[in-house]
Amino acid sequence: MSEAIRLEGVHKSFDGLEVLKGIDLALDEHEVVCLIGASGSGKSTLLRCINLLERVDAGRIWVHGEDITAHGVDQNAIRRRVGIVFQAFNLFPHMTVLRNVSLAPMKVLRHPREAAEANARELLARFGLADKAEDYPDRLSGGQQQRVAIVRALAMDPDVLLLDEITSALDPELVAEVLDVIRELAGQGMTMVIATHEMHFARDVSNRVCFLDGGRILEEGPPDRMFSDPTNERTKRFLDRIIAAGRM
Amino acid sequence: MTRSARRFSLKEEGAKGVLIATVSTVVVLGLIAYLAVSSPYWSEFKDQFLNRQVFAESFPEILHAFRRNIFYFLTAEPVILGFALLLAVMRSSRGPVFFPLRLLSTIYVDLFRGIPTVLVVFALGFGVPALRIPGLPVDGWFWGWVALILSYSAYVAEVYRAGIESVHPSQAAASRALGLTRWQSLRSVVIPQAVRRVVPPLMNDFISLQKDTALIAFVSAFSVEAFLRAQRVSAGDFNFTPFVGAAICFLIITIPMTRFTDWLLERQRRRRMAGGAL
Repeated sequence: MSEAIRLEGVHKSFDGLEVLKGIDLALDEHEVVCLIGASGSGKSTLLRCINLLERVDAGRIWVHGEDITAHGVDQNAIRRRVGIVFQAFNLFPHMTVLRNVSLAPMKVLRHPREAAEANARELLARFGLADKAEDYPDRLSGGQQQRVAIVRALAMDPDVLLLDEITSALDPELVAEVLDVIRELAGQGMTMVIATHEMHFARDVSNRVCFLDGGRILEEGPPDRMFSDPTNERTKRFLDRIIAAGRM
Repeated sequence: MTRSARRFSLKEEGAKGVLIATVSTVVVLGLIAYLAVSSPYWSEFKDQFLNRQVFAESFPEILHAFRRNIFYFLTAEPVILGFALLLAVMRSSRGPVFFPLRLLSTIYVDLFRGIPTVLVVFALGFGVPALRIPGLPVDGWFWGWVALILSYSAYVAEVYRAGIESVHPSQAAASRALGLTRWQSLRSVVIPQAVRRVVPPLMNDFISLQKDTALIAFVSAFSVEAFLRAQRVSAGDFNFTPFVGAAICFLIITIPMTRFTDWLLERQRRRRMAGGAL
Protein backbone atom coordinates (compact mmCIF):
# COMPACT_ATOMS: atom_id res chain seq x y z
CA MET A 1 0.00 0.00 0.00
CA SER A 2 1.24 3.45 -0.70
CA GLU A 3 1.39 6.20 1.82
CA ALA A 4 -1.34 8.85 1.66
CA ILE A 5 -0.22 11.27 4.34
CA ARG A 6 2.89 11.63 6.46
CA LEU A 7 3.46 14.24 9.17
CA GLU A 8 6.80 14.71 10.88
CA GLY A 9 7.40 16.95 13.87
CA VAL A 10 4.55 19.32 13.08
CA HIS A 11 4.47 22.38 15.33
CA LYS A 12 1.93 25.18 15.27
CA SER A 13 1.45 28.17 17.59
CA PHE A 14 -1.14 30.91 17.70
CA ASP A 15 0.05 34.13 19.31
CA GLY A 16 2.65 32.31 21.39
CA LEU A 17 0.25 29.54 22.43
CA GLU A 18 1.64 26.24 21.18
CA VAL A 19 -1.27 24.15 19.90
CA LEU A 20 0.69 21.40 18.15
CA LYS A 21 3.90 20.29 19.83
CA GLY A 22 5.49 17.88 17.41
CA ILE A 23 2.98 15.62 15.66
CA ASP A 24 4.17 12.51 13.83
CA LEU A 25 1.54 10.59 11.92
CA ALA A 26 1.42 8.42 8.82
CA LEU A 27 -1.60 7.14 6.94
CA ASP A 28 -1.75 4.56 4.20
CA GLU A 29 -4.14 4.87 1.32
CA HIS A 30 -7.66 3.68 2.19
CA GLU A 31 -6.89 4.02 5.87
CA VAL A 32 -9.29 5.73 8.24
CA VAL A 33 -7.75 7.38 11.28
CA CYS A 34 -9.80 8.95 14.05
CA LEU A 35 -8.40 11.71 16.20
CA ILE A 36 -9.92 11.78 19.67
CA GLY A 37 -9.18 14.03 22.60
CA ALA A 38 -10.62 16.89 24.56
CA SER A 39 -11.55 20.20 22.92
CA GLY A 40 -8.42 22.27 22.53
CA SER A 41 -6.14 19.25 22.22
CA GLY A 42 -5.21 20.33 18.68
CA LYS A 43 -7.38 18.05 16.52
CA SER A 44 -8.86 20.82 14.37
CA THR A 45 -5.56 22.64 13.99
CA LEU A 46 -3.92 19.42 12.86
CA LEU A 47 -6.53 18.93 10.14
CA ARG A 48 -6.30 22.57 9.05
CA CYS A 49 -2.54 22.18 8.69
CA ILE A 50 -2.95 19.17 6.39
CA ASN A 51 -5.27 21.26 4.20
CA LEU A 52 -2.89 24.26 4.37
CA LEU A 53 -5.57 26.45 5.91
CA GLU A 54 -2.88 26.94 8.56
CA ARG A 55 0.85 27.09 7.89
CA VAL A 56 2.97 24.88 10.09
CA ASP A 57 5.68 26.62 12.11
CA ALA A 58 8.01 23.63 11.99
CA GLY A 59 7.91 20.08 10.68
CA ARG A 60 6.87 18.69 7.34
CA ILE A 61 3.76 17.18 5.78
CA TRP A 62 3.66 14.97 2.71
CA VAL A 63 0.56 14.10 0.70
CA HIS A 64 1.15 11.16 -1.61
CA GLY A 65 4.86 11.76 -1.38
CA GLU A 66 4.71 15.48 -2.16
CA ASP A 67 6.08 17.79 0.50
CA ILE A 68 3.23 20.29 0.88
CA THR A 69 5.10 22.34 3.47
CA ALA A 70 7.93 23.05 1.00
CA HIS A 71 8.50 26.61 -0.08
CA GLY A 72 6.67 27.69 -3.23
CA VAL A 73 4.28 24.75 -3.30
CA ASP A 74 1.01 25.35 -5.16
CA GLN A 75 -1.42 25.55 -2.25
CA ASN A 76 -4.49 25.44 -4.45
CA ALA A 77 -3.27 22.29 -6.16
CA ILE A 78 -2.83 20.62 -2.75
CA ARG A 79 -6.25 21.69 -1.55
CA ARG A 80 -7.83 20.19 -4.66
CA ARG A 81 -6.54 16.81 -3.50
CA VAL A 82 -7.24 17.20 0.22
CA GLY A 83 -10.91 17.80 1.00
CA ILE A 84 -12.07 19.13 4.35
CA VAL A 85 -15.51 19.24 5.94
CA PHE A 86 -16.11 21.64 8.81
CA GLN A 87 -18.06 21.47 12.03
CA ALA A 88 -20.26 24.41 11.00
CA PHE A 89 -20.84 23.13 7.40
CA ASN A 90 -19.81 26.50 5.92
CA LEU A 91 -22.06 26.10 2.90
CA PHE A 92 -22.36 29.16 0.69
CA PRO A 93 -25.73 30.62 1.72
CA HIS A 94 -26.27 32.63 -1.48
CA MET A 95 -26.03 29.60 -3.75
CA THR A 96 -28.30 26.63 -4.34
CA VAL A 97 -27.14 23.22 -3.18
CA LEU A 98 -26.33 22.34 -6.79
CA ARG A 99 -24.21 25.47 -7.17
CA ASN A 100 -22.47 24.83 -3.85
CA VAL A 101 -21.40 21.43 -5.10
CA SER A 102 -20.53 22.36 -8.69
CA LEU A 103 -18.74 25.66 -8.01
CA ALA A 104 -15.26 24.31 -7.28
CA PRO A 105 -15.24 21.70 -10.07
CA MET A 106 -16.14 24.49 -12.49
CA LYS A 107 -13.80 27.16 -11.16
CA VAL A 108 -10.87 25.03 -10.06
CA LEU A 109 -10.98 21.95 -12.28
CA ARG A 110 -12.39 23.96 -15.20
CA HIS A 111 -15.10 21.40 -15.87
CA PRO A 112 -17.83 22.66 -18.16
CA ARG A 113 -21.03 23.59 -16.35
CA GLU A 114 -23.08 20.69 -17.75
CA ALA A 115 -20.51 18.11 -16.69
CA ALA A 116 -20.01 19.66 -13.25
CA GLU A 117 -23.74 19.86 -12.61
CA ALA A 118 -24.40 16.35 -13.88
CA ASN A 119 -21.69 15.03 -11.58
CA ALA A 120 -23.07 17.10 -8.68
CA ARG A 121 -26.59 15.73 -9.23
CA GLU A 122 -25.25 12.21 -9.35
CA LEU A 123 -23.37 12.67 -6.08
CA LEU A 124 -26.37 14.33 -4.42
CA ALA A 125 -28.58 11.45 -5.51
CA ARG A 126 -26.10 8.98 -4.09
CA PHE A 127 -26.43 10.57 -0.68
CA GLY A 128 -30.20 10.95 -0.77
CA LEU A 129 -30.18 14.66 -1.59
CA ALA A 130 -31.42 14.58 -5.18
CA ASP A 131 -34.57 16.59 -4.38
CA LYS A 132 -32.57 19.31 -2.59
CA ALA A 133 -30.46 20.36 -5.57
CA GLU A 134 -32.38 23.57 -6.25
CA ASP A 135 -32.86 24.56 -2.60
CA TYR A 136 -30.82 27.12 -0.72
CA PRO A 137 -28.89 25.82 2.30
CA ASP A 138 -31.09 27.61 4.86
CA ARG A 139 -34.01 25.43 3.75
CA LEU A 140 -32.18 22.27 4.78
CA SER A 141 -31.84 20.58 8.16
CA GLY A 142 -28.43 20.53 9.81
CA GLY A 143 -27.92 16.91 8.85
CA GLN A 144 -28.80 17.61 5.24
CA GLN A 145 -26.52 20.65 5.18
CA GLN A 146 -23.62 18.63 6.49
CA ARG A 147 -24.25 15.92 3.91
CA VAL A 148 -24.21 18.59 1.21
CA ALA A 149 -20.90 19.83 2.62
CA ILE A 150 -19.51 16.30 2.35
CA VAL A 151 -20.79 16.01 -1.21
CA ARG A 152 -19.23 19.39 -2.00
CA ALA A 153 -15.85 18.08 -0.85
CA LEU A 154 -16.32 14.80 -2.73
CA ALA A 155 -17.15 16.63 -5.96
CA MET A 156 -13.48 17.59 -6.17
CA ASP A 157 -12.63 13.88 -6.14
CA PRO A 158 -10.05 14.31 -3.37
CA ASP A 159 -7.38 11.76 -2.52
CA VAL A 160 -7.89 12.38 1.17
CA LEU A 161 -10.86 13.65 3.17
CA LEU A 162 -10.46 15.49 6.47
CA LEU A 163 -13.50 15.66 8.74
CA ASP A 164 -13.42 18.22 11.52
CA GLU A 165 -15.99 17.25 14.18
CA ILE A 166 -18.65 17.19 11.54
CA THR A 167 -21.44 16.06 13.88
CA SER A 168 -20.69 18.39 16.81
CA ALA A 169 -23.05 21.12 15.63
CA LEU A 170 -25.93 18.73 14.91
CA ASP A 171 -28.98 17.86 16.96
CA PRO A 172 -28.56 14.32 18.30
CA GLU A 173 -31.25 12.83 16.06
CA LEU A 174 -29.44 14.12 12.96
CA VAL A 175 -26.04 12.63 13.78
CA ALA A 176 -26.73 9.14 12.44
CA GLU A 177 -27.55 10.18 8.87
CA VAL A 178 -24.21 11.98 8.60
CA LEU A 179 -22.19 9.19 10.16
CA ASP A 180 -23.81 6.69 7.78
CA VAL A 181 -22.40 8.69 4.88
CA ILE A 182 -18.92 8.48 6.36
CA ARG A 183 -19.26 4.75 6.97
CA GLU A 184 -20.21 4.33 3.34
CA LEU A 185 -17.17 6.33 2.23
CA ALA A 186 -14.92 4.28 4.48
CA GLY A 187 -16.38 1.13 2.95
CA GLN A 188 -15.50 2.45 -0.50
CA GLY A 189 -11.90 2.93 0.56
CA MET A 190 -11.76 6.72 1.00
CA THR A 191 -8.69 7.76 2.96
CA MET A 192 -9.89 9.84 5.89
CA VAL A 193 -8.66 11.64 8.97
CA ILE A 194 -11.58 12.21 11.30
CA ALA A 195 -11.60 14.41 14.38
CA THR A 196 -14.57 13.28 16.42
CA HIS A 197 -16.24 13.06 19.81
CA GLU A 198 -18.41 10.13 18.69
CA MET A 199 -16.53 7.24 20.26
CA HIS A 200 -18.86 4.49 19.02
CA PHE A 201 -18.42 5.78 15.54
CA ALA A 202 -14.64 6.10 15.94
CA ARG A 203 -14.52 2.54 17.14
CA ASP A 204 -16.40 0.98 14.28
CA VAL A 205 -15.26 3.12 11.36
CA SER A 206 -11.54 3.56 11.91
CA ASN A 207 -8.49 1.41 11.38
CA ARG A 208 -6.60 3.38 13.94
CA VAL A 209 -7.37 5.80 16.75
CA CYS A 210 -5.00 8.55 17.91
CA PHE A 211 -5.48 10.18 21.28
CA LEU A 212 -4.40 13.82 21.23
CA ASP A 213 -3.63 15.66 24.42
CA GLY A 214 -1.98 19.05 24.78
CA GLY A 215 -0.81 19.13 21.17
CA ARG A 216 0.78 15.68 21.14
CA ILE A 217 -0.35 12.22 20.06
CA LEU A 218 -0.10 10.45 23.41
CA GLU A 219 -1.26 7.07 22.26
CA GLU A 220 -2.38 5.41 19.07
CA GLY A 221 -3.51 1.97 18.11
CA PRO A 222 -6.28 -0.17 16.68
CA PRO A 223 -9.69 0.98 17.94
CA ASP A 224 -10.52 -2.18 19.88
CA ARG A 225 -7.37 -2.00 21.93
CA MET A 226 -7.53 1.79 22.36
CA PHE A 227 -11.04 1.71 23.76
CA SER A 228 -10.87 -1.51 25.78
CA ASP A 229 -7.31 -1.47 26.98
CA PRO A 230 -5.63 1.94 26.74
CA THR A 231 -2.13 1.92 28.17
CA ASN A 232 -1.61 5.63 28.71
CA GLU A 233 -2.95 6.99 31.99
CA ARG A 234 -4.34 10.14 30.34
CA THR A 235 -6.11 8.15 27.62
CA LYS A 236 -7.76 6.07 30.34
CA ARG A 237 -8.91 9.16 32.19
CA PHE A 238 -10.24 10.76 29.00
CA LEU A 239 -12.21 7.63 28.08
CA ASP A 240 -13.51 7.28 31.64
CA ARG A 241 -14.83 10.83 31.47
CA ILE A 242 -16.47 10.13 28.12
CA ILE A 243 -18.12 7.01 29.50
CA ALA A 244 -19.25 8.89 32.59
CA ALA A 245 -20.76 11.55 30.35
CA GLY A 246 -22.78 8.82 28.65
CA ARG A 247 -21.21 9.36 25.23
CA MET A 248 -20.10 5.76 24.88
CA MET B 1 -63.42 35.26 28.26
CA THR B 2 -63.89 33.14 25.18
CA ARG B 3 -61.38 33.27 22.43
CA SER B 4 -63.67 35.14 20.04
CA ALA B 5 -64.47 37.70 22.69
CA ARG B 6 -60.79 38.32 23.28
CA ARG B 7 -60.18 38.76 19.61
CA PHE B 8 -63.01 41.24 19.42
CA SER B 9 -61.63 43.34 22.25
CA LEU B 10 -58.20 43.39 20.58
CA LYS B 11 -59.77 44.62 17.39
CA GLU B 12 -61.59 47.29 19.33
CA GLU B 13 -58.31 48.42 20.84
CA GLY B 14 -56.80 48.60 17.33
CA ALA B 15 -59.63 50.81 16.13
CA LYS B 16 -59.21 52.99 19.18
CA GLY B 17 -55.51 53.30 18.38
CA VAL B 18 -56.19 54.48 14.85
CA LEU B 19 -58.70 57.00 16.17
CA ILE B 20 -56.24 58.40 18.71
CA ALA B 21 -53.49 58.65 16.10
CA THR B 22 -55.79 60.46 13.68
CA VAL B 23 -57.07 62.93 16.22
CA SER B 24 -53.64 63.75 17.62
CA THR B 25 -52.20 64.17 14.12
CA VAL B 26 -54.98 66.52 13.07
CA VAL B 27 -54.58 68.53 16.27
CA VAL B 28 -50.80 68.86 16.02
CA LEU B 29 -50.67 69.60 12.29
CA GLY B 30 -53.67 71.91 12.59
CA LEU B 31 -51.98 73.86 15.35
CA ILE B 32 -48.77 74.25 13.34
CA ALA B 33 -50.73 75.31 10.26
CA TYR B 34 -52.77 77.77 12.30
CA LEU B 35 -49.64 79.34 13.82
CA ALA B 36 -48.05 79.63 10.39
CA VAL B 37 -51.07 81.09 8.67
CA SER B 38 -51.90 83.51 11.47
CA SER B 39 -48.36 84.88 11.60
CA PRO B 40 -48.02 88.48 10.29
CA TYR B 41 -45.52 87.31 7.66
CA TRP B 42 -47.71 84.59 6.23
CA SER B 43 -49.03 86.45 3.21
CA GLU B 44 -45.54 87.69 2.34
CA PHE B 45 -44.17 84.15 2.67
CA LYS B 46 -46.97 82.74 0.59
CA ASP B 47 -46.34 85.28 -2.14
CA GLN B 48 -42.59 84.66 -2.16
CA PHE B 49 -42.50 80.88 -1.89
CA LEU B 50 -45.90 79.53 -2.79
CA ASN B 51 -46.89 81.83 -5.61
CA ARG B 52 -49.31 79.86 -7.70
CA GLN B 53 -48.79 81.86 -10.84
CA VAL B 54 -45.00 81.76 -10.69
CA PHE B 55 -45.17 78.06 -9.97
CA ALA B 56 -47.40 77.36 -12.94
CA GLU B 57 -45.10 79.30 -15.21
CA SER B 58 -41.79 77.94 -13.94
CA PHE B 59 -42.45 74.36 -12.94
CA PRO B 60 -42.65 72.83 -16.44
CA GLU B 61 -39.26 74.19 -17.45
CA ILE B 62 -37.72 73.19 -14.10
CA LEU B 63 -39.11 69.71 -14.50
CA HIS B 64 -37.68 69.66 -17.98
CA ALA B 65 -34.26 70.74 -16.65
CA PHE B 66 -34.53 68.06 -13.98
CA ARG B 67 -34.05 65.47 -16.69
CA ARG B 68 -30.47 66.69 -16.70
CA ASN B 69 -30.14 65.73 -12.99
CA ILE B 70 -31.54 62.31 -13.71
CA PHE B 71 -29.02 61.93 -16.51
CA TYR B 72 -26.13 62.89 -14.18
CA PHE B 73 -27.36 60.49 -11.56
CA LEU B 74 -28.02 57.53 -13.82
CA THR B 75 -24.69 57.81 -15.60
CA ALA B 76 -22.59 58.48 -12.48
CA GLU B 77 -24.09 55.66 -10.46
CA PRO B 78 -22.80 52.64 -12.45
CA VAL B 79 -19.33 54.19 -12.66
CA ILE B 80 -19.33 54.74 -8.89
CA LEU B 81 -20.48 51.18 -8.21
CA GLY B 82 -17.68 49.74 -10.31
CA PHE B 83 -14.90 52.07 -9.20
CA ALA B 84 -15.83 51.79 -5.51
CA LEU B 85 -15.83 48.00 -5.69
CA LEU B 86 -12.36 48.13 -7.20
CA LEU B 87 -11.21 50.38 -4.35
CA ALA B 88 -12.77 48.10 -1.73
CA VAL B 89 -11.21 44.98 -3.23
CA MET B 90 -7.83 46.71 -3.38
CA ARG B 91 -8.15 47.66 0.24
CA SER B 92 -9.23 44.16 1.29
CA SER B 93 -6.29 42.53 -0.47
CA ARG B 94 -3.84 40.56 1.66
CA GLY B 95 -0.14 39.97 1.57
CA PRO B 96 2.92 42.19 1.22
CA VAL B 97 2.85 42.15 -2.60
CA PHE B 98 -0.41 44.08 -2.58
CA PHE B 99 0.69 46.63 -0.02
CA PRO B 100 0.92 49.43 -2.62
CA LEU B 101 -2.68 48.74 -3.68
CA ARG B 102 -3.91 48.85 -0.10
CA LEU B 103 -1.97 52.05 0.50
CA LEU B 104 -3.28 53.74 -2.64
CA SER B 105 -6.85 52.78 -1.89
CA THR B 106 -6.58 53.93 1.73
CA ILE B 107 -5.11 57.29 0.76
CA TYR B 108 -7.76 57.77 -1.89
CA VAL B 109 -10.64 57.01 0.44
CA ASP B 110 -9.22 59.13 3.27
CA LEU B 111 -8.73 62.04 0.93
CA PHE B 112 -12.05 62.09 -0.88
CA ARG B 113 -14.10 61.20 2.15
CA GLY B 114 -12.46 64.03 4.04
CA ILE B 115 -13.02 66.78 1.46
CA PRO B 116 -16.46 68.39 1.09
CA THR B 117 -18.06 67.27 -2.16
CA VAL B 118 -18.83 70.86 -3.14
CA LEU B 119 -15.13 71.65 -2.92
CA VAL B 120 -14.23 68.80 -5.26
CA VAL B 121 -16.94 69.91 -7.67
CA PHE B 122 -15.60 73.48 -7.71
CA ALA B 123 -11.97 72.43 -7.96
CA LEU B 124 -12.55 70.13 -10.90
CA GLY B 125 -15.40 72.00 -12.56
CA PHE B 126 -13.51 75.29 -12.69
CA GLY B 127 -9.97 74.05 -12.36
CA VAL B 128 -9.59 71.44 -15.06
CA PRO B 129 -11.14 73.46 -17.91
CA ALA B 130 -8.89 76.36 -16.87
CA LEU B 131 -5.82 74.18 -17.44
CA ARG B 132 -6.75 73.96 -21.12
CA ILE B 133 -5.09 70.58 -21.53
CA PRO B 134 -5.56 69.52 -25.13
CA GLY B 135 -7.81 66.52 -25.53
CA LEU B 136 -9.66 66.93 -22.25
CA PRO B 137 -13.28 68.09 -22.22
CA VAL B 138 -13.70 71.73 -21.21
CA ASP B 139 -17.36 71.51 -20.14
CA GLY B 140 -17.83 72.43 -16.52
CA TRP B 141 -20.69 69.96 -16.10
CA PHE B 142 -18.49 67.08 -17.21
CA TRP B 143 -15.89 67.80 -14.54
CA GLY B 144 -18.56 68.38 -11.93
CA TRP B 145 -19.94 64.97 -12.88
CA VAL B 146 -16.43 63.47 -12.55
CA ALA B 147 -16.08 65.17 -9.17
CA LEU B 148 -19.28 63.54 -7.92
CA ILE B 149 -17.98 60.17 -9.07
CA LEU B 150 -14.62 60.66 -7.36
CA SER B 151 -16.21 61.82 -4.14
CA TYR B 152 -19.00 59.26 -3.92
CA SER B 153 -16.74 56.36 -4.86
CA ALA B 154 -14.85 56.94 -1.62
CA TYR B 155 -18.04 56.65 0.44
CA VAL B 156 -19.35 53.67 -1.47
CA ALA B 157 -15.96 51.91 -1.23
CA GLU B 158 -16.23 52.08 2.54
CA VAL B 159 -19.73 50.63 2.44
CA TYR B 160 -18.48 47.77 0.28
CA ARG B 161 -15.52 47.21 2.57
CA ALA B 162 -17.78 46.96 5.61
CA GLY B 163 -19.82 44.39 3.70
CA ILE B 164 -16.77 42.36 2.71
CA GLU B 165 -15.54 42.34 6.29
CA SER B 166 -18.95 41.28 7.59
CA VAL B 167 -18.78 37.99 5.68
CA HIS B 168 -17.56 35.39 8.15
CA PRO B 169 -13.97 34.22 7.53
CA SER B 170 -15.19 30.61 7.52
CA GLN B 171 -16.81 31.34 4.14
CA ALA B 172 -13.46 32.28 2.63
CA ALA B 173 -11.86 29.30 4.40
CA ALA B 174 -14.47 26.92 2.95
CA SER B 175 -13.92 28.17 -0.58
CA ARG B 176 -10.15 28.23 -0.26
CA ALA B 177 -10.27 24.69 1.12
CA LEU B 178 -11.93 23.62 -2.12
CA GLY B 179 -8.96 24.95 -4.06
CA LEU B 180 -10.42 28.27 -5.19
CA THR B 181 -7.83 31.03 -5.50
CA ARG B 182 -8.12 34.09 -3.30
CA TRP B 183 -9.57 36.04 -6.20
CA GLN B 184 -12.08 33.31 -7.13
CA SER B 185 -13.13 33.06 -3.51
CA LEU B 186 -13.62 36.82 -3.31
CA ARG B 187 -15.52 36.96 -6.57
CA SER B 188 -17.82 33.96 -6.19
CA VAL B 189 -18.28 33.66 -2.45
CA VAL B 190 -17.40 36.81 -0.50
CA ILE B 191 -18.43 39.71 -2.75
CA PRO B 192 -21.90 38.38 -3.66
CA GLN B 193 -22.74 37.98 0.03
CA ALA B 194 -21.19 41.34 0.88
CA VAL B 195 -23.11 43.20 -1.82
CA ARG B 196 -26.46 41.71 -0.74
CA ARG B 197 -25.85 42.94 2.77
CA VAL B 198 -24.91 46.50 1.83
CA VAL B 199 -27.75 47.24 -0.59
CA PRO B 200 -29.68 49.37 1.96
CA PRO B 201 -26.70 51.57 2.97
CA LEU B 202 -25.78 51.88 -0.71
CA MET B 203 -29.29 53.14 -1.39
CA ASN B 204 -28.74 55.88 1.18
CA ASP B 205 -25.64 57.00 -0.68
CA PHE B 206 -27.59 57.04 -3.94
CA ILE B 207 -30.22 59.26 -2.41
CA SER B 208 -27.48 61.69 -1.39
CA LEU B 209 -25.94 61.52 -4.85
CA GLN B 210 -29.29 62.22 -6.42
CA LYS B 211 -29.51 65.45 -4.39
CA ASP B 212 -25.90 66.41 -4.94
CA THR B 213 -26.32 66.47 -8.72
CA ALA B 214 -27.57 70.01 -7.99
CA LEU B 215 -23.97 70.97 -7.17
CA ILE B 216 -23.15 70.76 -10.86
CA ALA B 217 -25.22 73.94 -11.25
CA PHE B 218 -22.28 75.88 -9.80
CA VAL B 219 -19.81 74.87 -12.47
CA SER B 220 -21.91 74.71 -15.60
CA ALA B 221 -23.50 77.73 -17.16
CA PHE B 222 -24.65 75.98 -20.30
CA SER B 223 -25.90 72.58 -19.25
CA VAL B 224 -28.84 73.78 -17.19
CA GLU B 225 -30.20 71.39 -14.57
CA ALA B 226 -33.18 71.88 -12.27
CA PHE B 227 -31.54 73.94 -9.53
CA LEU B 228 -29.81 76.32 -11.95
CA ARG B 229 -33.04 76.72 -13.91
CA ALA B 230 -34.90 77.53 -10.70
CA GLN B 231 -32.22 80.01 -9.73
CA ARG B 232 -32.49 81.81 -13.03
CA VAL B 233 -36.26 81.99 -12.98
CA SER B 234 -36.14 83.16 -9.41
CA ALA B 235 -33.63 85.87 -10.19
CA GLY B 236 -35.81 87.07 -13.05
CA ASP B 237 -39.06 87.16 -11.07
CA PHE B 238 -37.66 88.18 -7.69
CA ASN B 239 -39.56 85.22 -6.32
CA PHE B 240 -38.47 82.03 -4.54
CA THR B 241 -41.30 79.78 -5.68
CA PRO B 242 -39.13 78.17 -8.40
CA PHE B 243 -36.94 76.75 -5.65
CA VAL B 244 -39.96 75.02 -4.19
CA GLY B 245 -40.59 73.64 -7.66
CA ALA B 246 -37.05 72.31 -7.87
CA ALA B 247 -37.37 70.84 -4.37
CA ILE B 248 -40.50 68.99 -5.47
CA CYS B 249 -38.58 67.52 -8.42
CA PHE B 250 -35.96 66.08 -6.08
CA LEU B 251 -38.53 64.83 -3.60
CA ILE B 252 -40.40 62.95 -6.31
CA ILE B 253 -37.31 60.76 -6.61
CA THR B 254 -35.84 60.74 -3.12
CA ILE B 255 -38.94 59.98 -1.05
CA PRO B 256 -39.84 56.77 -2.90
CA MET B 257 -36.17 55.77 -2.76
CA THR B 258 -36.11 56.34 1.00
CA ARG B 259 -39.25 54.28 1.53
CA PHE B 260 -37.81 51.54 -0.68
CA THR B 261 -34.63 51.54 1.41
CA ASP B 262 -36.68 51.26 4.60
CA TRP B 263 -38.53 48.34 3.09
CA LEU B 264 -35.28 46.62 2.12
CA LEU B 265 -33.87 47.10 5.62
CA GLU B 266 -37.02 45.76 7.21
CA ARG B 267 -36.99 42.75 4.93
CA GLN B 268 -33.34 42.09 5.80
CA ARG B 269 -34.09 42.40 9.50
CA ARG B 270 -37.00 39.97 9.24
CA ARG B 271 -34.85 37.45 7.43
CA ARG B 272 -32.11 37.74 10.02
CA MET B 273 -34.66 37.18 12.75
CA ALA B 274 -35.91 34.11 10.92
CA GLY B 275 -32.35 32.80 10.91
CA GLY B 276 -32.18 32.85 7.14
CA ALA B 277 -29.15 33.78 5.11
CA LEU B 278 -28.92 37.09 3.38
